[in-house]
Amino acid sequence: MSEYRIKGETGDWEVVIGLEVHAQVVSKSKLFSGSATAFGAEPNSQVSLVDAAMPGMLPVLNKECIRQAVRTGMAINAPINKWSRFDRKNYFYADLPQGYQISQLYHPLVGEGEIEVSLDEKNPEAVKTIGIERIHVEQDAGKLMHDQHPTMSYVDLNRSGVALMEIVSKPDMRSPAEAGAYLRKLRTILRYVGSCDGNMEEGSMRADVNVSVRKPGAEFGTRTETKNVNSVRFVMAVVEQEARRQIDLIEDGGTVVQETRLYDPDRNETRSMRSKEDAHDYRYFPDPDLLPLELDEAFLAECRASLPELPDAKRARYEGPLGLSAYNANALTAEVETAMAFEELLASVAKASGKGEADVAKRVANWLLSERAGVLSANNVLASDPKNSLEANTALVVAAESGAISGSKAKEIFALYLTGDIDLAKEIEANQQTSDTGAIEAAIAKILADNADKVEQYKGGKEALFGFFVGQTMKAMQGKANPGVVNELLKKALG
Amino acid sequence: MSVDTATVAKIAALARLKVSEAEIAAMVPELNGILAWVEQLGEVDVTGVEPMTAVIENKLRLREDVIDADPLTGGGKRDDVLANAPAAEHGFFGVPKVIE
Repeated sequence: MSEYRIKGETGDWEVVIGLEVHAQVVSKSKLFSGSATAFGAEPNSQVSLVDAAMPGMLPVLNKECIRQAVRTGMAINAPINKWSRFDRKNYFYADLPQGYQISQLYHPLVGEGEIEVSLDEKNPEAVKTIGIERIHVEQDAGKLMHDQHPTMSYVDLNRSGVALMEIVSKPDMRSPAEAGAYLRKLRTILRYVGSCDGNMEEGSMRADVNVSVRKPGAEFGTRTETKNVNSVRFVMAVVEQEARRQIDLIEDGGTVVQETRLYDPDRNETRSMRSKEDAHDYRYFPDPDLLPLELDEAFLAECRASLPELPDAKRARYEGPLGLSAYNANALTAEVETAMAFEELLASVAKASGKGEADVAKRVANWLLSERAGVLSANNVLASDPKNSLEANTALVVAAESGAISGSKAKEIFALYLTGDIDLAKEIEANQQTSDTGAIEAAIAKILADNADKVEQYKGGKEALFGFFVGQTMKAMQGKANPGVVNELLKKALG
Repeated sequence: MSVDTATVAKIAALARLKVSEAEIAAMVPELNGILAWVEQLGEVDVTGVEPMTAVIENKLRLREDVIDADPLTGGGKRDDVLANAPAAEHGFFGVPKVIE
């Protein structure tokens, strides 16, 4: 992959990107209180006296949130700090009733890690390792709505106090594509681990995008931070817009100011948040309401044991022992649900057909990614449809794998089964293709006799006619002849 | 360590405290007196002493992830939570518009 450069009046520029991703932790209750975290509840219905920061209320840390953050840290190969501490980050805003956010500045829970991102789907060699500086745990703020009243903003504190993991990358990305690939890969890992649902529309993952520009090889430039960007596409747009703005500014003789900016998707531009001018003076100090968090070996061991097979390991296993193509291995592992569906069907088909998983993996992968996917979309059936069951899929793949029915018959039968009211087992039985050489030979003999002229042409060198004979034979056999056997017998008959 | 007028004014602004110039002028020597008094602690040699994080030897207790396990600190208290709000409409707190 060629290096990403932005053309300016004074030559080429390089962009340097770091992302701070806020990932909402999957937990039933909040980080420091027992109120629920479910999305979409009635305003302020999931707010306890702790979340509303009523005087005298004390925070009590949720074990599950810590467990999820620890598991996430382990998934990015980062050391877990057995001793960490919570600090108060002080600022005033209407969505923050405490007047401070409980966060971890000085002693975060998770240290340095890294993830490997793929920069080109078609080229498995095009990978880059992006460093992660730290992961710490903190409280989310409430939600403000500005468009409901002419003079007031409305505040909903349901989200106030929900646990977030702040995942801070190193400034290792150099193009919008790399930033996008990093965010997608991070999301995949979080969803495999199950520590964040990765639902960006609902705000479960939001990124603060740090961007600076420099001449290639020069020192880092001054960075700006664009807050709360909530999609991969917007993150990439912010990088592009902000880099362009900084380059134009510098080339016009100006200086980039370190500041907080907002992204406006409607106008595709970033602008300064003046209200946050003082915002970097947070006057952090250790939260006197909370003792340091100390984790023991047993807790860490349990976290480690609970980790599933992660996407990189899974992809390597699919390509290696299971013998899938790099493309299919990638497609099957990108979303955890796809990988789970594949493994479930794979195990089921292997068991039903009495074969090893490696022997049926290719057929199962092709069935899921292309054949089944095609039938579902052509018939407007959702993958979640109860008829798209493990049993039905297993029966069809096993029948195709054993050669009892052809791959195209399997698709036809599946379509009929999804949209109509047929008995799947009977339909497979009725469409069994025959390898009965006697019947196929008889059909071939008749076709060759009826088409003596074409036989002459074929023997005279017009080999393309072979396909015609195959077609005629399949037609005579009503599509139930095993194509491999037909080919073989035809070749023999045509000498 | 000591503070000057500008620092005191900035701290007051960050804490959203309205302090007059005369009050700030009076506060500068007061705060410097306090800082100097606390700074005496710096005279103690603490080489090799672990920083103390709490006065009581105790471990942070963790809570199980259960919704509203303790009704006193659980959710579902909208009316209580909104009771003291200067403006509460449609279940929201109403605050002066803070749009960017």
